[in-house]
Amino acid sequence: MAQVLLNALVVGTTYALIALGITIIFSIMKIVNFAHGQLYMIGGFVVYYFNVVFGLPFWFGLLMSFVIVGAMGIAMELFLFRPVMLRVKREEVTMLLAMGTAVFLESLALIVFGEKQRGVPPIATGVVELFGARLPTGRIVVIGVAALLIVALMLFIGYTKTGRALRAMAQDREATALQGVNLKWLSAAGFGLGTGLAGLAGGLLVAIFAVHSGAGTAISIKAFLMIMIGGAGVLSGAILGGFVLGVLESVGYALLPGSMTFLVIFLIVIGFLIVRPNGIMGKPWG
Amino acid sequence: MKLKGFEVTRLVRSMALATTAGVFALAAPAQAADTLKLGALGVMSGPFAGWGGVMCQTFKSRAGMWNDDGGVKIGDKTYQIEVVCVDDKGDPKGAQTGAEKLISEGIKYIQGPNTDSTAESAKTVMEANKTINMPYAFSKSLYTPPASQSILGMVASYQVGPVIYKWLMDNKGTKKIAFLSENNADPINQRNEGSAAAKALGLEVVSDQETYETGTTDFFPVLTKVIGTAPDHIVLSGVNPSDVGPLIKAARELGFEGTMSTETGQDPKAIFEVAGEAANGFIVAGGASTEAIRSDFMVKFIERYTKDWGEWNDVAGLFVYGPEIMVQTLQAVGPSALDDTEAFKAALDGFSGTNPFLKDGGTLRYVGRKDYGQARQVSVPIVVQVVKDGAYEPLFVGELAD
Repeated sequence: MAQVLLNALVVGTTYALIALGITIIFSIMKIVNFAHGQLYMIGGFVVYYFNVVFGLPFWFGLLMSFVIVGAMGIAMELFLFRPVMLRVKREEVTMLLAMGTAVFLESLALIVFGEKQRGVPPIATGVVELFGARLPTGRIVVIGVAALLIVALMLFIGYTKTGRALRAMAQDREATALQGVNLKWLSAAGFGLGTGLAGLAGGLLVAIFAVHSGAGTAISIKAFLMIMIGGAGVLSGAILGGFVLGVLESVGYALLPGSMTFLVIFLIVIGFLIVRPNGIMGKPWG
Repeated sequence: MKLKGFEVTRLVRSMALATTAGVFALAAPAQAADTLKLGALGVMSGPFAGWGGVMCQTFKSRAGMWNDDGGVKIGDKTYQIEVVCVDDKGDPKGAQTGAEKLISEGIKYIQGPNTDSTAESAKTVMEANKTINMPYAFSKSLYTPPASQSILGMVASYQVGPVIYKWLMDNKGTKKIAFLSENNADPINQRNEGSAAAKALGLEVVSDQETYETGTTDFFPVLTKVIGTAPDHIVLSGVNPSDVGPLIKAARELGFEGTMSTETGQDPKAIFEVAGEAANGFIVAGGASTEAIRSDFMVKFIERYTKDWGEWNDVAGLFVYGPEIMVQTLQAVGPSALDDTEAFKAALDGFSGTNPFLKDGGTLRYVGRKDYGQARQVSVPIVVQVVKDGAYEPLFVGELAD
């Protein structure tokens, strides 16, 4: 059971990190970014290229995964979503745009990165035994860094001027603009922050998993599931949703036949959303 | 600064190839009479791109070699080979429409699809349109009468699985075995067949119901349960190329010390890159290009593939058998087979071509009478190998029973 709980902790932490970016974009733009998984995948490849191909330190690659994928997000906001949202108010148009972007990025990744799975050398070696459960040192480092990143993001959003402006924009764009905040810049920055976090998650997790050009779709689905559980657009909800999914997955695999695990998880989520359609911490849309 | 040239040049090569393809496409009408179109239909995107994408690239590289040598002589005419690839995305409906698209372009011979569900779906189109296809799928109904248009392009899991399990029993003292697969029809079928074969050999199957979802990133939860059953050996049934490295790595990190294997084609370099030294000793059936058995011609093909696509993939050493025997058979039958696959099928029983890929030579034939009641399988050698520092070392080589 100790191994199951440790698995839940690791899976939950990694899922929470994945869910943060998608929920930031949703909160400030009301866009469900279905390309989130593809941006995660690109983050993984950025680290692979910097670390394995160019021979630079892993941590530099990780920084670059945030910078490069964040810059991609800013470009997406400026040249894709903003022009469309200025012309069309229907929400499904931005969803379709996000889906199209996801397909485009995945196809492009296949051409550029190839079909093979990629991994990086271990960032730490050895295994720690806790109450009979095994936890590789690499995983300890990764969940430690993931936890630090989550705390840093919460502090940034909660206590910096930009973070407060992002929160204000998420609550009321017009009122925020009336306070003299440059919404155009802030929207792009917020979108970039969300995609940068996706890149950072992909870059960090490639250290313990692997990455391939087709990895994005499943990540997007799980990220969407997490924010539905936790409450779309609420940072603490995304973290909670990540942990809930991580625990459900780990405990489910331990107690149920493998093929039943996600069937049961989806049934639980459906039942939960009937009772609480806005998720654990979410508020009604609009 | 260390720089891997193959990675940096991949995009440049892709663009150059696309440009070249475009130039040839523009020039095609002038030489249409001397061009033979052949098809590749498979899953060329997503987690399974390591199969269908490599299949398409393999076919194009082999076609490039034929074309560079002046073309393929069939009867009195010499043809340039043009390969048309269609991505079915692993979707049965996509396989049907893909097959229809290829057939609408006048193509009679197709390599692929890559999975049971897509091959079964495409089968109806192939049979109705009298089109030959070479799936990499193990469902017996594809190759057993009344079906007649499909030819299995590799060794099936139920053919090689028992051979590996017997070897493990004799050489490693394996007594308890576990099976793990993705929660998809193909891997589950292979798991069920493998489990039945293991039981028939007298092995104790300690786990054969555990599956993981497509797109799983962390395999610790599912492997914790499998390893908890204390198997001597774990079979990763029908595992796709994107999952195999992380699965091996996770199993070793959880302290599993037994042996592991799969019966699907995998690239050892990619596995080693992800799993590191944990990959050493992983047993793989498939990939018929191990250094110890490959001919000079296979070396040339590897060089060609690497030049075309930036990096060698060992699965290409298996896929290249399909186009080779397809074209050799067309040459043996003559022009009548170009439009009429009945002539092609009539030749399958007695066909004997040359195997250019093995150091010791040998023949290329159609086998499968034992399993399918008719010659509907390419005589790819059974090559069982282990991963060692990013390359394969042969464990043993065998021949398919006919």
